[in-house]
Amino acid sequence: MAAPIALHLEFGGGAELLFDGVKNHHVTLPSQSEPWDMRQLLAWIRGNMLKERPELFVQGESVRPGILVLINDADWELMGELEYQLQDQDNIIFISTLHGG
Amino acid sequence: MCQVDEEYNGHLEKISLPTLSKKCVKCKDGTAVLIIRVGDAFCRDCFKEYFIHKFRAMLGKNRVIFPGEKVLLAVSGGPASSSMLSQVQEGLSRDAPKKLRFVPGIVFVDEGGACGLSVEERQRAIAQLESIFREKGFPYHVVHLEQVFSLPGSVLEAVSSAPEQPGSSYKAAVDQFIQNSRGEHGLMEPSVEDAESGFAQLSTQDPTYPTEHRLALERLLASVRTLTAKEDLLQTLRQHLILHTARVHGYTKVMMGDSCSRLAVKLLSSISLGRGASLATDTGFSDTRYGDVVIVRPMRDYSSKEIAFYNRMFNVPSVFIPGLDTKTPEKASIQRLTESFVTKLQADFPSTVSTIYRTSEKLHSARTPQSAITDLTSKCLLCMCAIDTNTEEASAFNAILVSERLSQSGLRETAPHTQAQALPTESPGQCCSSGGQGQGCGSGDCCSSAQSSVTPDLKGLLCYSCRLTIKDMTAVETLPQYIMTEAEKRQRRLRMKMEISEFLLDDEESGE
Repeated sequence: MAAPIALHLEFGGGAELLFDGVKNHHVTLPSQSEPWDMRQLLAWIRGNMLKERPELFVQGESVRPGILVLINDADWELMGELEYQLQDQDNIIFISTLHGG
Repeated sequence: MCQVDEEYNGHLEKISLPTLSKKCVKCKDGTAVLIIRVGDAFCRDCFKEYFIHKFRAMLGKNRVIFPGEKVLLAVSGGPASSSMLSQVQEGLSRDAPKKLRFVPGIVFVDEGGACGLSVEERQRAIAQLESIFREKGFPYHVVHLEQVFSLPGSVLEAVSSAPEQPGSSYKAAVDQFIQNSRGEHGLMEPSVEDAESGFAQLSTQDPTYPTEHRLALERLLASVRTLTAKEDLLQTLRQHLILHTARVHGYTKVMMGDSCSRLAVKLLSSISLGRGASLATDTGFSDTRYGDVVIVRPMRDYSSKEIAFYNRMFNVPSVFIPGLDTKTPEKASIQRLTESFVTKLQADFPSTVSTIYRTSEKLHSARTPQSAITDLTSKCLLCMCAIDTNTEEASAFNAILVSERLSQSGLRETAPHTQAQALPTESPGQCCSSGGQGQGCGSGDCCSSAQSSVTPDLKGLLCYSCRLTIKDMTAVETLPQYIMTEAEKRQRRLRMKMEISEFLLDDEESGE
């Protein structure tokens, strides 16, 4: 049983528009039997945070191509992408590089 | 390509295990923070060096910006152009031998009026940008899109520049500059002063625009039926405003912040939009279509990922301003669809963007170079590229015209009458080759009958792609006055040329 973890989520480059225009979010993920990974976080964001047009942020299990993800200021490609296991106080940033956000 | 990709996938699996242990490929020491290209991990410091070097290398390699030259940076507030601004500032703050030696200014085009932003939102965005610009200390110009309604017709005139050999003239200019700065004990001193005085004068400028222009802009955009055409038209008007600003303030170069991701999308969407003939000018490093003002794209070696990471890591401020395509579904416009196509492909095949982009580098237009064309009527009224519609009779373009005409003549019996009227508006090459009754000249009738007789017939003055854009407009007369005036002027000139053509020794004819 993993304890609840607190995360700092940040959205930029226009991605914040899908979250009521708010860039910074402090969220606490509830405790669950197995540790949280990015895949679950994205599903959680989709279910709990996205205000509109989820297809502009998540596609399939991952983020929409063109949205960059940084975990603690490093490229998530270095961290295992969807497999990355979230730690308490992690800082996750989503930056849209698409035209118009 | 498939094989390369498979190898890459295997590679990814391998490194995606415990992580953060991956070292930088360059210094082999620092902890990697991002992957650029296929599997190249960089640490923070090496990435910074790489990024800065790339910008300077781009300018150094191409040698188009002369020392002391006034260069206008077109900044939209987005990541790429903001990054370009910070690179220019970085380059200017270097020690003497490595210093960039041009004199920059900034232009920002406020398009809020076209994208449905409220006055407050627009003012907020402008205020944010102004504080960034002020911090940089360069003179800046804030232009509103509404100002297209007060542009003079001369914007559309391409001034021909003297043909030059890049190598030798660049060297001469550098020598000249070094001599000057020796004599004047540092040329940068006065230019900074210039910048400051220019800045003071500009910031007091009244930023307002008349309400009727705002309404006219609304009418104009409301008359465009598709988002594709809207984006295209907006791009054209923005280009005209930037060009006008550059000319008025004496800038001879304009820097655009197109990244290679952006250019890859632009290349493919341009093809879909029928701009094949002007691809080389649309996406190349330097774009000489306007003659006296040259557009350069120094950011075309960076991917949008590199730019986003750089901006994030080194706190480059940028302002997000919603555009026409914000929050639209992916099939909303050709441009949007192409972008999603390219980015999706890029996610699975990481060399997609670079492959498209390298292709664009190799493109050259087979016709006369854009700068060599002095005859206005052979340039498109809107995009100012060489007109690509003077094709021979047996071409796809003429086939489209013929079928269009045939399908319309079934509906209208007025064809012969309008054909006679439309004749003088055709471009000279076409009329010379096919005479009065040829199919080429018939192209005029469908458009002149479709539009009201008061407005000048634009089609004959446009390239294929701009014709398509105009075709998507329900009311052509909502176009800004300068375009209409210039269209009439060109038509008069064409008509006159037609009248006296018998007495002219036409070089085209003698050549054929």
